[in-house]
Amino acid sequence: MASERRLRIKTLVMVLAMVVCANAGDLMLKRGMSQIGAVQLTEAGIAQAFRLTVTSGTIWVAIFFLSGFMLSYMTVLSWADYSYVMPAGAFGYALLTLLAVVFLHESVSLRRWFGVVLICVGVLLVGQTKPRTTASAGEAVARCA
Amino acid sequence: MRVILALAVLIFGSTGGEIAITYGMKAIGEPKRLRPLELIQFLGRAVRNGWFWAGVPLMALSFYSLLILLSWEPISLVIPASALSYVVGTLGAKYILGEQISTARWAGVLLVCAGVALVAAG
Repeated sequence: MASERRLRIKTLVMVLAMVVCANAGDLMLKRGMSQIGAVQLTEAGIAQAFRLTVTSGTIWVAIFFLSGFMLSYMTVLSWADYSYVMPAGAFGYALLTLLAVVFLHESVSLRRWFGVVLICVGVLLVGQTKPRTTASAGEAVARCA
Repeated sequence: MRVILALAVLIFGSTGGEIAITYGMKAIGEPKRLRPLELIQFLGRAVRNGWFWAGVPLMALSFYSLLILLSWEPISLVIPASALSYVVGTLGAKYILGEQISTARWAGVLLVCAGVALVAAG
């Protein structure tokens, strides 16, 4: 039972890391690319955009966060179900809406709020289920022996 | 027609890629502790796994498909339509990865799918 609890806690921590890194990364990427401006689809334009992106600090911060997302996603998938982690990632959409209201004072439509509620209830429902329903490598070996 | 085709590439590319990566990560096993050294060793095992390299191009393909779709259609149409990938991904988890999808999990996935569609539609 203690291991079940530990599994839940570490899954929760990694899913939170995933959501935070993905959102921070997307935000930084958006900010960095808008600093660079619209890319001209000519050879010179693409070369210029390439030079500007690899020398942009904001883009490197974005790459750092998106790498963090990929690593936490891969790590959590090494022990938890894909069907458990994937819907939990949608919590980011709800989080972005809340951040937009609190920090950017955006007005949010009733339809969007309803969507946020559905996502939260859905993620909570999935969160109640067992994080892992397939045998782990260790258990499979133990059964074969 | 081309929109539906691009949407299919987006949905099946991302879920197919993620399922391949999940399969690979389950095969290499979880890091014993979440310490930097063990995470680096875990990453080392991951990049030597074939399923990981099967998943990456599929996810890249789905990303390009998303960019192309966004140049044709507004984001308030593209993201709600791509929310179908939650359902496709869950079916893949059940039939390809052999995960057990309880009624509660199905209900949660369907709520998330509808919620994402509503949030992105604005």
